[in-house]
Amino acid sequence: MAVNPVTQRPTFNEIFYTSLQKLPDGERVRACLQCGTCSGVCPFGYLMDYPPSKMIAALRAGMFDRVMKTDKVWMCVSCYACTNSCPAQIPLTAGLMTRTKEELLLAGNVPVELQDALENTQRYGNPMGESPRKRAAWARGIEPSVKIMSQINRPIDVLWFVGDYASFHPRVQLSSRALARIFNLLGVDFGILGHEENSDGDSQRLAGERGLFELLVDKNSKAFQKYQFNQIVTADPHAFNALKNEYPKLGVNYPVQHYTQYLSAKLDLLRPLLRHEIKARITYHDPCYLGRANGIYQPPRQLLQAIPGVELVEMPHSAVNSLCCGGGGGGMWLEGYQWEQAHARLSEWRVREAVAIGADILAVACTYEIPRFEDAVKMVQKASRLVIRDISELLLESIGE
Amino acid sequence: MNLIVAIKLVPDLVEELKINEEGNFLDLESLRLRVNEFDEHALEQAILLKERGAGRVIVIALDGEGVEDALFTAAAKGADQIIKLTGNTMPLVSNHTLARWLAPVIKSLQPGLVLTGVQAHNDLDGPLGPLLAEYLNLPYVGYVAKATMKDGEVEIRKEYPGGLAAEMEIDLPAVLGIQAAEQPPRYIAFSRIRQAMKTVQLEERQIPDPFIEEPIAIARLFQPEIGERAEIISGDVDEIAARLVDIFTDLDLL
Repeated sequence: MAVNPVTQRPTFNEIFYTSLQKLPDGERVRACLQCGTCSGVCPFGYLMDYPPSKMIAALRAGMFDRVMKTDKVWMCVSCYACTNSCPAQIPLTAGLMTRTKEELLLAGNVPVELQDALENTQRYGNPMGESPRKRAAWARGIEPSVKIMSQINRPIDVLWFVGDYASFHPRVQLSSRALARIFNLLGVDFGILGHEENSDGDSQRLAGERGLFELLVDKNSKAFQKYQFNQIVTADPHAFNALKNEYPKLGVNYPVQHYTQYLSAKLDLLRPLLRHEIKARITYHDPCYLGRANGIYQPPRQLLQAIPGVELVEMPHSAVNSLCCGGGGGGMWLEGYQWEQAHARLSEWRVREAVAIGADILAVACTYEIPRFEDAVKMVQKASRLVIRDISELLLESIGE
Repeated sequence: MNLIVAIKLVPDLVEELKINEEGNFLDLESLRLRVNEFDEHALEQAILLKERGAGRVIVIALDGEGVEDALFTAAAKGADQIIKLTGNTMPLVSNHTLARWLAPVIKSLQPGLVLTGVQAHNDLDGPLGPLLAEYLNLPYVGYVAKATMKDGEVEIRKEYPGGLAAEMEIDLPAVLGIQAAEQPPRYIAFSRIRQAMKTVQLEERQIPDPFIEEPIAIARLFQPEIGERAEIISGDVDEIAARLVDIFTDLDLL
């Protein structure tokens, strides 16, 4: 007897599993040997109902709907620790975790804190809900003045993509001002987009808001197209990652450097300016999106070592094994949620490491990190004398300006 | 049943408010608009009612900068019909005028329940809800924080100052002024809004009588002025503290 073929609609599990395998290197998910290294190395893996390896197990068992019912995936800080340690080289951060967050977001399973940041980004082009017209306000009073592209009618060498926190956060603005003054002293021909700059969108993308990311790429791309410049420089590793790796996938292609790369290439010019000693034990925190995600470890260290008097010491977790500050992948906007779930802050773990090795200064190169670590210092015992500085601030201090 | 939500645009306070040269209105050039936050709660409450089977949600707004985005966002959240009222020539109209324009349109939609934000920060002439209720000849309850449909009635929770709350049953149709939805307004992925822009029909209706005379005219709009008796204390922390101690001592407060 002939049996009529039954066409069944594919389940969500099947659709999701298929979509995952279609991503770059996505087919490697089939090679998962369930070793569990990803779940072990994940800073919050211990409290996830479904850490990465278990998510894959659930997918294979056709039980991914159970993953979708928990909200613990939001503990993922997109730090690349899992991806980096996976022996099968499965794109866990860019693929599995981000795709899952996208589905959770579409299903409306989003912590309220994160909603605010995403809504602000939609409305104002920055996650903190600041007036987009005030994006260049941090640069007021700097001499020679910071040029805003719409106000000068000529090509420029370096377009500085300032980024959200470097533009609006009162503490991070100080590091932006330091970097502007270093650029001026080096005679860099640079300009900023001012109100025409929008959030780079990378953390929103990693928090599952793909559509919003595409909107922001479109807006920034239109601003880039209006002006002539040779390259982009940014102090924000998230913006750097987006401009280097994600914008080109959408046809927006510009050479981009993190400021630590840009300045370390100019060390011949910079070194003679570094005249004042900073007698301190300094340790450097590798940001996930400079280090693990993009393999940039040496330029920040070269800059610190160029400062006379500096003793550079390494924390137990450094370079490729660096600990996340907790701000990536939307973590910047999930502080309360993370605390509720974990009663721990990754930034405090980091500060404890810096204190344990007797560092005087914790040097950073990411615009999320100054406020995160300064807050952590207030919470960790015996950390009160640990000073948090961006590398640009230390350079300027050594220059003595 | 039709659940009608009236939303309106208000000045966004993220930008500093400036006054125009004539000194009788906000400077429209520097003004940024957003949907009144209470109206977002009214929409959320309507969507929640719809999800529990109460009926269709129709969202209606007066034309203005950004209003189409707001309406498509409402559609992406679950509104079944979105309507833009066109033909307005005034920048920001008073609630009296807005209510007179909205009422006949809402009436033609055969409302079961009308929801709107209980207030807005630019309500100079009273909130929209009671005015709408008057023109529609319907009952009104404001400061509503929860609504449930039950046998041709709506059960609501109304909040009073001092932490008091009341539960009421209101015959339908009725107008509600929403203080807060039962849950925070939901976030909708931008891809969903973009999809709504491509697939949802935005209906346009002409304002019945655009050349209405505003019942209220602003004579003068101005920034708060420093009173004559105010003293601005300057100096470093110690100097300011010392001066404050002097002042408090003179006033016999210390």
